[in-house]
Amino acid sequence: MIFMIIIGMSIVTMIPRIIPAFIVDKLQFRDWVNRWLNAIPYAALGALIFPGILTVKPDQPEIGLIGAGVAVGLAYIGLNVILVVAGAILSIFIVSIYI
Amino acid sequence: MVTNTAGKEPSSQAKLMIKKGLATGFPIVLGYLPVAITYGVLAKQSGLSLVELTLMSILVFAGASQFMGANMIAVGAGTVEIIIATFVLNFRHFVMSLSFMNSLRDIGINWKLPLSLGLTDETFAVSALHTKEAKMEKGPLFYLSIFLTAYFSWVFGSFLGGLIGEVIPERLSDSMGIALYAMFIGLLIPSVKRELKVGLIALIAMLINVLCSQFMTDGWSIVLGTIIGGLSGVYFLKEDKS
Repeated sequence: MIFMIIIGMSIVTMIPRIIPAFIVDKLQFRDWVNRWLNAIPYAALGALIFPGILTVKPDQPEIGLIGAGVAVGLAYIGLNVILVVAGAILSIFIVSIYI
Repeated sequence: MVTNTAGKEPSSQAKLMIKKGLATGFPIVLGYLPVAITYGVLAKQSGLSLVELTLMSILVFAGASQFMGANMIAVGAGTVEIIIATFVLNFRHFVMSLSFMNSLRDIGINWKLPLSLGLTDETFAVSALHTKEAKMEKGPLFYLSIFLTAYFSWVFGSFLGGLIGEVIPERLSDSMGIALYAMFIGLLIPSVKRELKVGLIALIAMLINVLCSQFMTDGWSIVLGTIIGGLSGVYFLKEDKS
């Protein structure tokens, strides 16, 4: 039974991922559609970050916001993504000891 | 950065692309491992066997929906119900894939197909901000390296979580919950520094997501946030490429 669930989940996850690979060559998009698609990465990042980041610790949304602030700061001064991630984890770890 | 590779052998170009892909994909490993281990632990507690939970990572490769799937299995939800919920939650990958495949137009379907299968929020976020490799020789190897790095760390982490259970102290694993968000922020900020309007697009997507999440599931509100937020790019990105 669980096996069937996994196969089903796999198929419905695969379909949305794979269809664009087939259709994109057959379509010529107008300029505005291209601009739209070029903006999708930034929009997706926005939608993935917020409000999800408030649920890092579901009962304490401020924890996620502190981590976000640290990540923004570290990224802004130009650190590598790896250091941004490590710094944010460390900050939350330290803060969670005191809160 | 334009690399002139005319004088080099093709194999060294391939190696360069693979190396570059591994380096670019490495932050995903850092984000995935703790989350994958947590998934493994949770799935085990939900009653999945080690084989089943690892198989789910191999075949589904989509974090949030696997957490949800394990949870729904634990509470005894129906098969069809779980599959439909997975579809809804992962439909956002259609939008991401369409955007990514559009930037890979120069690459053949034989590469597009395997790359599309490896698309997750994280691999998309990293790859979509590196579009110039698509036009380079052996460029597909760059993306393949990112995707495989992410894929193996996800599968390995799930297996590890299911195998050894809760080895990471709770406070540390809680703190690691920020990892993927921090990665998204670390990817977004440099683009915003280059072009402020990119930040406006992200901000609009955030607001739409907040608004929509009052009325619908997380899956749909992320889809709408991405689509409508992206639509603002039709206006904001006007001067860029005509």
